[in-house]
Amino acid sequence: MRASSWWILLAVISLVARPVLQAADNGSLPDVVEFNRDIRPILSDNCFFCHGPDKNKRKADLRLDTQEGLTGKPGELGTVSPGKPNDSELFRRITSTDPEQKMPPAESGKSLTPRDIALLKKWIEQNAKYEGHWAFLPIKHPAERREPKAESRDTVFQLAQKIDGFIHESLTKKNLKPSPAADRITLIRRLTFDLIGLPPTPEEVAAFVNDSSPNAYEMLVDRLLKSPHFGERQAMWWLDLVRYADTVGYHGDQNMSVSPFRQYVIDSFNANKRFDQFTIEQLAGDLLPNPTREQLIASGYNRLGMMSAEGGVQDKEYLAKYIAERVRNASGTWLGITLGCAECHDHKFDPLTQRDFYRFEAFFADIQERGLYSGAHADGNWGPFVKVPSAEQETSLAKLDQEIAGVKKVLETTTPELADAQTAWEKTQVDWTVLKPASITSAEGVTLTAKDDGSILASGKNPATDTYTLVVKNPPQGITAFRLEVLPDDSLPAKGPGRAGNGNFVLSEFIVKHIVGETIDEAVRLQNATATYEQTGAAESNPYKKWTVAAAIDGDAKGKTWGWAIMEKIGQPQTAVFETVSDISGGEGSTLTISLLQNLDNPNHTIGRFRISVASSPRPIRADQAPPPNIAALLAIAVDQRNDSQKNELAAHHRSIAPALDASRKQLAEREKVRKDMEALIPSSLITASVQPRMVRVLKRGNWMDDSGEPVTPAFPAVLTSQPLEGPTRLTRQDLAKWIVSKDNPLAARVFVNRVWKQLFGAGLSRKLDDLGAQGDWPSHPLLLDHLAGSFADNGWDVKLLIKSIVLSSTYQQSSLASRELREADAYNRWLARQGRFRIDAELVRDNALSISGLLVTKLGGTSVKPYQPPGYFAYLNFPAREWQNDTGENLYRRGLYTHWQRQYLHPSLLAFDAPNREECTADRPRSNTPLQSLVLLNDPSYVEASRAFAENIVRTGGSTTRDKLDWAFRRAVSRPIKPAEAEVLERLLQSHLDEYKSDATAANELLTVGMKPVPADLEKPELAAWTSVARTILNLHETITRN
Amino acid sequence: MSLPTSIARRAFLQSTGVSLGSMALSSLLTRDVIAADSSGKQVPKWTGALNPLHFAPKAKRVIWLYMAGGMTHIDTFDNKPKLAELHGQPMPESITKGQQIAQLQGQKLNCFAPQHPFKKWGQSGQSMAEIWPHLGEKCADEMCIVRSLSTDAINHDPAHTFMNTGTMNPGRPAMGSWLLYGLGAESESLPGFVVMVSTGKFGQKQPIAARQWHSGFLPGQFQGVEFRGTGDPVLYVGNPKGVTPKRQRDVVDAVQTLNGLANESLDDPEIATRVSQYELAFRMQSSVPELMDVKNEPQHIFDLYGTKGGDGSFASNCLLARRLAERGTRFIQLYHRDWDHHGSVKDHVAGTAKEVDQAIAALITDLKQRDMLKDTIIVFGSEFGRTPMAQGNGRDHHLAGFTMWFAGGGFKPGFHYGATDEFGYHAVENRVSVHDVHATLLQLLGIDHSRFSMKFQGLDSRLTGVEGARVVKELLA
Repeated sequence: MRASSWWILLAVISLVARPVLQAADNGSLPDVVEFNRDIRPILSDNCFFCHGPDKNKRKADLRLDTQEGLTGKPGELGTVSPGKPNDSELFRRITSTDPEQKMPPAESGKSLTPRDIALLKKWIEQNAKYEGHWAFLPIKHPAERREPKAESRDTVFQLAQKIDGFIHESLTKKNLKPSPAADRITLIRRLTFDLIGLPPTPEEVAAFVNDSSPNAYEMLVDRLLKSPHFGERQAMWWLDLVRYADTVGYHGDQNMSVSPFRQYVIDSFNANKRFDQFTIEQLAGDLLPNPTREQLIASGYNRLGMMSAEGGVQDKEYLAKYIAERVRNASGTWLGITLGCAECHDHKFDPLTQRDFYRFEAFFADIQERGLYSGAHADGNWGPFVKVPSAEQETSLAKLDQEIAGVKKVLETTTPELADAQTAWEKTQVDWTVLKPASITSAEGVTLTAKDDGSILASGKNPATDTYTLVVKNPPQGITAFRLEVLPDDSLPAKGPGRAGNGNFVLSEFIVKHIVGETIDEAVRLQNATATYEQTGAAESNPYKKWTVAAAIDGDAKGKTWGWAIMEKIGQPQTAVFETVSDISGGEGSTLTISLLQNLDNPNHTIGRFRISVASSPRPIRADQAPPPNIAALLAIAVDQRNDSQKNELAAHHRSIAPALDASRKQLAEREKVRKDMEALIPSSLITASVQPRMVRVLKRGNWMDDSGEPVTPAFPAVLTSQPLEGPTRLTRQDLAKWIVSKDNPLAARVFVNRVWKQLFGAGLSRKLDDLGAQGDWPSHPLLLDHLAGSFADNGWDVKLLIKSIVLSSTYQQSSLASRELREADAYNRWLARQGRFRIDAELVRDNALSISGLLVTKLGGTSVKPYQPPGYFAYLNFPAREWQNDTGENLYRRGLYTHWQRQYLHPSLLAFDAPNREECTADRPRSNTPLQSLVLLNDPSYVEASRAFAENIVRTGGSTTRDKLDWAFRRAVSRPIKPAEAEVLERLLQSHLDEYKSDATAANELLTVGMKPVPADLEKPELAAWTSVARTILNLHETITRN
Repeated sequence: MSLPTSIARRAFLQSTGVSLGSMALSSLLTRDVIAADSSGKQVPKWTGALNPLHFAPKAKRVIWLYMAGGMTHIDTFDNKPKLAELHGQPMPESITKGQQIAQLQGQKLNCFAPQHPFKKWGQSGQSMAEIWPHLGEKCADEMCIVRSLSTDAINHDPAHTFMNTGTMNPGRPAMGSWLLYGLGAESESLPGFVVMVSTGKFGQKQPIAARQWHSGFLPGQFQGVEFRGTGDPVLYVGNPKGVTPKRQRDVVDAVQTLNGLANESLDDPEIATRVSQYELAFRMQSSVPELMDVKNEPQHIFDLYGTKGGDGSFASNCLLARRLAERGTRFIQLYHRDWDHHGSVKDHVAGTAKEVDQAIAALITDLKQRDMLKDTIIVFGSEFGRTPMAQGNGRDHHLAGFTMWFAGGGFKPGFHYGATDEFGYHAVENRVSVHDVHATLLQLLGIDHSRFSMKFQGLDSRLTGVEGARVVKELLA
């Protein structure tokens, strides 16, 4: 056949979109044409773009997605005349040969197949019966309604039978027969992968195979449903939906702490939490009355989206991004609709308006957040969180707090000895004299005003850089030190003391000249610069690794060492002290010129308010000896003039430095450090905090800068609810969550059940898991889907009951082997005359290898872990720059769902096996088969190490003969005995590599030191290396990573 | 073991792959594409969804020189004498009112003169700053400079995502993935979409997310593969320690044999695919090191590029890009992450230009002397430009006007197009959007952008988006 490229493209695309109908139905028309199953997909694909829900794109004021649009308003003629194709404008247009008339028009790039046209004709002949979109119609509940939590075992068996009933009914219609039940090995392997995501052990396999009790299978199911790993397995796909990750995603992709949320999901599945409750806690846990810590952690769902700390982010733009993502996520996770497509315009295919989008968005308008998380790249503050200590941690903290309180008490109590010491101390204080300059100038014309307290305040022009020059006449004699105080002021950005936007400054150089008449004009040499605080942040490229005051007297007024800054202590007074190398004579007739150079490349980092003093006390003089300004002020008051509060403040300050209390202070510092270290180990979790809702408008064309749109209040999508959209009070997230799991909403139960079905068969009953809308897939078994969805809601949203029912069906237990005839009859296994076979998910590929090798550590929960990752993989992350440091010990062998989830650089072996980066809601992971996967299994150290651990176990416990050992290995990896032909292949490999490694001891040693697991000293290395080759082969088998 | 084409055909028809979209597509990948090479081993090769193409293509491949961080257009390719006159004076409010601003939010917006002199280069008299001596001398008459770009995003991360995928929201395929999906691979042993990143010395080191070469909703096969300057050039391409190529071959052969034995009874197309992927993986283990090993390049090539290779520098990556192009890689993207010049723009832009100037000129020259420039498109550009206003002595992010240039592959040589206003602020003449760039590139590769789509969330998703895009025909030779 000669085909145009266009035809091929269409073929590929339509195959992707609707393969089943074409493959399975082979062109024959159904006896009864159903609108939803047969007609709507044709119209949706080809016509709705111009004749659908989007009023802005609609042509000729015609819509084909409504009954009115198709058959006309009552009493009027529509484009379809029921029963009469030839009188129907629609039919005339699609069969027209006139390019002016023909629909769809050539320029649309759409065209109908002959079968499409035949279907439309037959549908009109059969009176053009219209149906609303199936997923938006109320769920057809099973006739036999039962009370929640009725005898659940009966419910399970009845439901399982129902499933088989629906499946067999459709098989009979298709002239197909169900496959026989799978053998017991396959069954336990399938069930163990599906329910807990791990392979069964040989012992478990043997026990099940030999269990002759009639309910052996059910007992196996019950055991697995009770396993704590059940929650881990189910959490994997739920975390994909709610885009759980350990980093913020945008720009610097810094870490955020949310691992308790993952724990919450695991625990919820394990505890079989009702799905309605699970839903409400995530969307609105914070709004529940007296929320528990667990419910607050659950509310972190709203905070799992991406965030940015990139300087220059426009707050409003990112607030718009964050809240729009929440619409995409919540509608994708719970409703399975693409409401996100209505952000800029009405939905093209579903009756969802742009207004629906923004009204949905308004539910999330109360979430406390920032568009720009300024500084979070350094301090990790991504908004509201709770600390989540373990029970042991809570006990230890309480004990520490008690100890700390005891020591503090000692430190806060004055004794007569301390009072005497204070008197002595006051006599030793450095006597600072505030300088009164004769002139103060700014090189850039900044207004510098001297205040009464001797400080100088900058105002007016705010230049990029500046130099302040102070001229002081007749300074005190014998100057041994200069003191520069930088002071906060309400007039400065962030209260100063600097004039940069964040209140910081950088003093590049502090230069003093001493002039006496005509005779002396010299630069004063300064030494031992000290400061009460020196900035450590943003100092990666600073050779001092901090913004030290030493740089202000290093003679370098530019360049990388820049100078003194205090970013972390914005808004507080700080002091720098510079000793003179030798005393300055000073006195009458002399002049000091003091220059403050402020040259930072990053503009406006000049000082906003400061004061300069001198002292003549003996050196050493250090900034940290100098009492802070408030204490200095108190000291200046004569002892008998001080009031009680002044006395107390002074005594408290003295105690804080008194040598007599050194030991207690040290003890306090040590205890506080222990507490702080412990605190740092306690994971925190982002939570939702509710504040006054901000205004949400319809943004024209999604443009966040356009403030002309209509303000909206929260409402459910109109097409999905029968409730009035307006109420007396503003709806909340809690209302949204409750509505989602109410009978009023037709989608949540369908969506959830469909996704569970995919976990257990490899595909949903409706195959598009992320879109149940008009462009989605008509379910293969709509009545079954509705029956399961209805039962799920009616049976108390009981997830384990749902899963147990499905796996007890004989449909689930069928063999996945398919005869050629069966495959030809149902290529995509649409009708389920067999089970599915598919490669296990990314996390499970490694879990499986670790489990087979005996390395797997099955500890539950905790913070994220770091297995081996190629060095340099994070090279292109920055703010801050990062290097992956893999864990040591048991955290190297934890399950994959605990791996640190870096959105921008997901662990490469997870990525290779199609794990999503979780920047957005992922309902359906693709399942690809690529060379990179082969490279991971062959060469990733995790797998090589697992192979040598596996090899060690084979050698130690696999039996005496090579054949025994191979059989043992096969039973561990693929749960079955090895076949002779297979054993021969591996025996040849073993022998050949044994010979090689015997003559190449270095290579054997190298192979056996991949990974951190110690090399066993008691085994022959060449033998172990050769068995490692065998183990690698087995871990690379298709069968090993396949669930069938 | 042999895999007749019919099995591959069945693989296509009988996928156990069960989800729609990417899964079904992943099974398509084995369609008629398993062929034995001279050694008798099976290798898969994806021949493209658009086969044949919409038009006869002018170009077969793209080398995208991505100047990450936002190169200032004003100091490089878009001379603005007026701005020099107004240096230090406020930018007229009529120009800046209502415009998006990044780090200069709430600050005075003063004009900042071009920091380097410009001159006319080549017979075509292309106007470029003097900081491009190699490009100017050797390539001005090959270049097609577009000075009227604008983009939608003012921060790096979304701007990169927009430039690569046509939308700011994550989750869409990068252009390289689209091309590989549409055009197929030319190489049987190297990836069809390769990314390399180098880091310069002058700007802030901009983060580059792997999202920029992600395949989005297309199958993982079409993801860009990062080639690295240190460690394994491709992740996991090196054999484990203690495993020689021969021993690795033994293991792969055993895996293949056992998979084949299993498939005798199962006849499962996924196994057939797995077998061929192992063969390709093994092949990459030798083809990648062969590619990366440049020691046999002649001295005059090293002199031309100004590198001996192997150091992860931009120049080294340019040399590798040529080698990849020769071996059939479809889309090669070289990031140089050094262009975010918020401060000291004068020194930093000169320094960064020097890091790339000679190598780019060398790449174009080298392709030309191999007669490959005619079907290789060179793209040069950033995610956005920089403000004509001062940020200290630097410039801030700028989205309303900036420059990109192209060469080879059917672009009009020695040509320039479009202009910004006299301040270099707004693209005003012959405006070109990011979508227009994509549409134009696709056109030269033989693809009608409006007909190149994939169903995602119900929509026919295109690289060029839903708002429409224009093939800039004026740029085509």
